[in-house]
Amino acid sequence: MRYIPNSAQEREAMLREMGHQSIAELFRGIPGQLQLNRLLNLPAALSETEALGFFRDLAERNTTRHTGGRMVSFLGAGAYDHFIPTIIDTLISRAEFYTSYTPYQPEISQGTLAAIFEFQTMICELTGMDVSNASLYDGSTATAEAVLMAERVTHRPKVALAANLHPEYRQVVDTYLRNAGITEQTIITCAETGTVLPEAILNLGSDVAAVIVQSPNFFGGVEDLQRLAEATHELGALFVVVVAEGLSLGLLQAPGKAGADIVCGEAQSFGIPLSFGGSYCGFFATTEKLTRQIPGRLVGQASDRQGRSGYVLTLATREQHIRREKATSNICTNQGLYALMVTIYLSTLGRRGVREVAEQNTQKAHYAARQINATSDYRLRFSSAFFNEFVVSCPKPAQEVLDDLKSKKIIGGLALERFFPEMKNEILMCMTETTTKAEVDSLLEALK
Amino acid sequence: MIRKASTHVNQNEGLIFQRSQPGRVGYKLPGLDVEAAPIDSMIDPRLLRDDDLAGLPEVSEVDVIRHFTRISTWNYAVDFGMYPLGSCTMKYNPKLNERVARFEGFAASHPYTPVELAQGNLELLKELEEALAEITGLAAVSLQPAAGAQGELTGLMVIRKCLESRGDARKLVLIPDSAHGTNPASAAHSGYQVQTIKSSSHGSIDLDHLRQAVNEEVAALMLTNPSTLGLFEENIQEVCQVVREAGGFVYMDGANMNALVGVTRPGDMGVDVIHLNLHKTFSTPHGGGGPGAGPIAVTKELEPFLPFPRAVEERDEKGERILRLDYDRPQSIGRVRAFHGNFSVLVRALCYILSLGPDGLREATETAVLNANYIAHHLKEDYEVAFDGKPMHEVIFNDKRQQKSGVHTLDIAKRLIDYGFHPMTVYFPLVVAGAMMIEPTESEGREELDLFIDAMRSIAREAEENPELVKSAPHNTRIGRLDEAAAARKPVLRWKSAKTSLAAGNE
Repeated sequence: MRYIPNSAQEREAMLREMGHQSIAELFRGIPGQLQLNRLLNLPAALSETEALGFFRDLAERNTTRHTGGRMVSFLGAGAYDHFIPTIIDTLISRAEFYTSYTPYQPEISQGTLAAIFEFQTMICELTGMDVSNASLYDGSTATAEAVLMAERVTHRPKVALAANLHPEYRQVVDTYLRNAGITEQTIITCAETGTVLPEAILNLGSDVAAVIVQSPNFFGGVEDLQRLAEATHELGALFVVVVAEGLSLGLLQAPGKAGADIVCGEAQSFGIPLSFGGSYCGFFATTEKLTRQIPGRLVGQASDRQGRSGYVLTLATREQHIRREKATSNICTNQGLYALMVTIYLSTLGRRGVREVAEQNTQKAHYAARQINATSDYRLRFSSAFFNEFVVSCPKPAQEVLDDLKSKKIIGGLALERFFPEMKNEILMCMTETTTKAEVDSLLEALK
Repeated sequence: MIRKASTHVNQNEGLIFQRSQPGRVGYKLPGLDVEAAPIDSMIDPRLLRDDDLAGLPEVSEVDVIRHFTRISTWNYAVDFGMYPLGSCTMKYNPKLNERVARFEGFAASHPYTPVELAQGNLELLKELEEALAEITGLAAVSLQPAAGAQGELTGLMVIRKCLESRGDARKLVLIPDSAHGTNPASAAHSGYQVQTIKSSSHGSIDLDHLRQAVNEEVAALMLTNPSTLGLFEENIQEVCQVVREAGGFVYMDGANMNALVGVTRPGDMGVDVIHLNLHKTFSTPHGGGGPGAGPIAVTKELEPFLPFPRAVEERDEKGERILRLDYDRPQSIGRVRAFHGNFSVLVRALCYILSLGPDGLREATETAVLNANYIAHHLKEDYEVAFDGKPMHEVIFNDKRQQKSGVHTLDIAKRLIDYGFHPMTVYFPLVVAGAMMIEPTESEGREELDLFIDAMRSIAREAEENPELVKSAPHNTRIGRLDEAAAARKPVLRWKSAKTSLAAGNE
């Protein structure tokens, strides 16, 4: 096998040197009746050529903009098709980054540690928070961790989640909370705007640990975070803002400035390919006061005996390898390499680029929305301001519209009935900076 | 003598923020091709940013390349050589897998693509599920968990849901004292109390102690096999039987599966649930701390409780085979992650399995165990072996002999860096005082193993002859040992420009 340096002869020689006759002797610790004594029932090994062919065929059976049936897509809903600078892949393909382990030995892991320190800084800047961790699995699990943390901080038994939170995030929270002794309550949203109103929060009880609001919400609408934060704080609860479309932070007010206690979400928009939903990069930021309750890894600055400065994993006493069952989270491996991708993206686009990309998203989505609204029979469902996604009400069932668009080589968006049974005629559509005017116009033509 | 490494000039580099200069640009977007409207006519200005993102850098593409390339050279990596972190299985990451995972048909595929337009992805998931079921000897697999610890959490939730469906809620999870810290943390996060089981003097589970501990409140035993001491649990069948007879389940932490693939199967031992760390046994890169993937495999009995969605085979209206995603699973624990798991990791793992085939997988296991035994054999004169027994894929020494001259495990680990190696895992498992856990994997050739053995022997000599040299290591790195206690006392967790720090009141 080409990934195994020692040849059969070398292995033989090593065995003899150790006084063994056969490799089987090394497995004598495994009782005979448990030894498989046959080969695994798997296909015979593929050569590199065969493996490339096998995976190329599979990849070609997927329709994307440039493979399979080659279709234009207006899908968003928590996974966004944004421009990815070439240099991200160049840099993360350096073996020093992708073939290294979690930086437990700082003297030979300063590259990873410095990059995570930069990641933490950039997440703080974008969210307007004091402290960011080194990443979590994805936006959904980051949300679940935020809920668990809110309970640890407030010791209150209940959390309230906005009805327009990403439904899959909500499902993950449901799973995480089922055995945690925390009950959930749904915050209803305004039928006209699709957003959360402060009154809906004020009506919650004072036993609520946290109010969880997503902005832009699942329907694309921008929430008035400041008012919602004020309402939440009147209850003495923590205000948790979930951001599933990270790029919106390039344009919208930093949730920390609006009064958020925790800001968490998904950083996929910052240079991470769609990859059928993963791997992505969850982020988690909070206030300085709550630093020691944060889940996951943290990188901090330190110095050696000669006063040279470097970075280390720090505040580990929160973590599972020290605290075991009392840890703030069970997380160990997180998304190191993907946090690096995010850091490279945010460096490359930088202060002005992030803003410019965000503005282009808004311009394109609003252009499309204006045109669709002007088309007979199709209307925007909600009146709130939006970033790059919006809900369209169709004159017939959404699935019929989407099937028709599909025959015209357009994936028109997400039929919302899947998550909201009452929204039979509604489609969630997304436009990013990669969407062209020609594509939007082809959609308009197809809808006619 | 240090043979593997020499020092060489190493680039200095600040943080990316310190390279920032107003006006530098690292990107170019196509011009806006739609009619633009003023932003504040579309979104209430009150909801817009007013800080101009001043904290993000302004740098050129060259700056970005130089910066990250320079800092990358401060890392050690598998592609440099042996990375003997015990329990972490730092094996070679095949480049073919990297190439395949980047195929546009995978990388540009949206998770909500209609299933009929994503058949390649679903086929891949199905194929990997089947391969992992065969490797573990279990009936069904969920690929959703994003890492080993999430696999643990998912597996315990599955057990809990199954017990609840029988009206048999239980409170306790038994965990050996040698377990990974994630085990008790995962048990606590799935709502269980943890009870610790002592290891016997041979490092295995103490059957008598287990028998006493097992009762009708015990939902599961979580064990690692081979144990974190690197030893196969010889009584595994009996252990499983004891737990099963009391109505509990056996959860196996698959972190050490690199010792077993193709040789023995957890399902055949009587294990009910196992998670696999694809970033260990199945060669997907660790990436400096993720992403990984932690699929779980379970028995037929537990299958209904796996997370949704699951890829299932159906026939379309023309009678053709089509894969769909099944969300309607009333007994499921629910969803543990958005979308379909760490798909890009799953692609790599399948490519690994198919590239090795049944022969290659067995050869990898055998060589991994051979390499660990080779190290054990050649170092036993210089270091004390923590537990007598037949080491599998990793071997554990302690620092008892070196302590006599005041040299401890951490010193040996740091000195190893000067010799051009990444240190072994230190002070784990907790049941071994001064543990040094070495896992070479199958990816090391004999000459690299010999270099490592030489380095370790040389350090053992230094510990006797010149202990100060070891105690003050590393000497050849950019920085020396960092004061972690001071860092934790007054944490600095982000960069601030001199200007911001002043504005914040000279903290």
